[in-house]
Amino acid sequence: MTMKRQLKEKLIEWFFLLNGILVILILGGIFILLLKNALPAFREVSLKDFVISPIWNPDAYDKPTYGLLPMLVSSLMVTVGALIVAIPLGIGTAAYMSDVARPRVREIVKPLVEILAGIPSVVVGFLGIVLVGPFITHLTGARNGLNALNGSILLAVMALPTIISLSEDALASVPRAYEEASLALGANKWQTVVRVKIPAAASGILAACMLGMGRAIGETMTVLMATGNAAAFPNSFLGPVKTMTSTIAIELGEVAYYTTHFYMLFAVGLILFIITFIINVISDIVFHKHTRAQL
Amino acid sequence: MDKIVRMQARDVNFYYGKQHALKGINLDIFNNSVTAIIGPSGCGKSTFIRILNRMHELVPSARISGEVMLDERNILSPEVDAVELRKRVGMVFQKPNPFPKSIFDNIAYGLSINGVKDKRLVEERVVESLKKAALWDEVKNRLHDSALGMSGGQQQRLCIARCLAIEPEVILFDEPCASLDPISTKKIEDLILELEKDYTIVIVTHNMQQAARVSDYTGFFLMGELIEFDRTETMFTSPKDKRTEDYITGRFG
Repeated sequence: MTMKRQLKEKLIEWFFLLNGILVILILGGIFILLLKNALPAFREVSLKDFVISPIWNPDAYDKPTYGLLPMLVSSLMVTVGALIVAIPLGIGTAAYMSDVARPRVREIVKPLVEILAGIPSVVVGFLGIVLVGPFITHLTGARNGLNALNGSILLAVMALPTIISLSEDALASVPRAYEEASLALGANKWQTVVRVKIPAAASGILAACMLGMGRAIGETMTVLMATGNAAAFPNSFLGPVKTMTSTIAIELGEVAYYTTHFYMLFAVGLILFIITFIINVISDIVFHKHTRAQL
Repeated sequence: MDKIVRMQARDVNFYYGKQHALKGINLDIFNNSVTAIIGPSGCGKSTFIRILNRMHELVPSARISGEVMLDERNILSPEVDAVELRKRVGMVFQKPNPFPKSIFDNIAYGLSINGVKDKRLVEERVVESLKKAALWDEVKNRLHDSALGMSGGQQQRLCIARCLAIEPEVILFDEPCASLDPISTKKIEDLILELEKDYTIVIVTHNMQQAARVSDYTGFFLMGELIEFDRTETMFTSPKDKRTEDYITGRFG
């Protein structure tokens, strides 16, 4: 009897171990696949040119150039723009939900935020084309509404649910004693939230923003639809940009296999993978520091 | 001779939802004296003390009737701003709850929300309140270290210093020694006796010896009622009510 039960325990243990290993294998497999397909790119183009060349023009007749910079800068511009919009709005909403809203209002707002996370990116992109784009041209007089600013606004909308719900969790886990201490000193609600609760929840909020950033930098369909996709080096938020994700999505479908251009797109993918990986690791470290600090 | 009445509860009833937590409390709190509130767990003593600076409002289902006077003014009236009230009636909690900031900033925070911005003045007041709370000598060399690195007793004295810095008139202590060791408890009690000269103090305590040691007046609560209120000496030597006697002689609670 005991033997049988021990065996069952062991089997369950192995099953979960197997699941864990599978996830790691998939992650490792993706990394190796990217690396294997990216490396041949550097037989013809030097790594240095890839990193410093300001032009991405794989279709040039005489001498194709493969510069990472324009799309890296585009991606960063769109992402940073999104964060500038999303972080204050996200933290504000989180503070509203955790500290201001009456319970009944919170019961309505919280699911709405979660629904926001469920909107397909193609729908968000569509709204960018028909709504945000014309609005930007109307407001700024820019020639084209499909630009970095448009992408930033849309990505902000897409990063918001992550930032809001994780920040709210962080604020809710601030010990009630801090809040009471602050109020008992004659602080009002606003001072208590801004000067005690948000600083106390800072690492959790930071982790939330990092995850939101990870979401934004990897997003493809929305930016592809809304940012105009001009390969030129970006010079303003009101000009079109072509991000790393859009470049891969647009060009991989048409490129001749096993050419330098083909391998190059994998190299771009590898860089993107590394960036998001680093962001996730950092946010994980920050988040764990946060949960440890609570104990 | 009785002293001047500083605060006065007049027929205070308090409800958590349907639960009748305080039943018609009438109680005087005298100026520059220590009033102890004793009673078994769940008797309403913490609830009562939290009404004195309207901290009870943080509980959404709370309902209250009656009046609580502070210098001839009913602090429960909607015209009285709870934020302003709490500047006059400070509170020290059961568990030391310093902010996760430096020792200095813990005190400076209260000053800054009360409009003290001048750097020199802030520094002066921080030092002064740490001295008043008998903490200065222990922390003067590490003012900018995190308050969370201090011992429990030091944290509680920091909370007292933080409260003193904003110069309240009344200080409420809600079982301030409940989580402290005997030596730290002694320090807090000495401090309370010292503060009595300048402040009006109300202390909730589980510990009857503590009430006897620090207070001038004692109120005994049981099941939401104020059973007896008297000078501490009188109460502990010749209680009038049988239930008070049973409680202070340790027959229950």
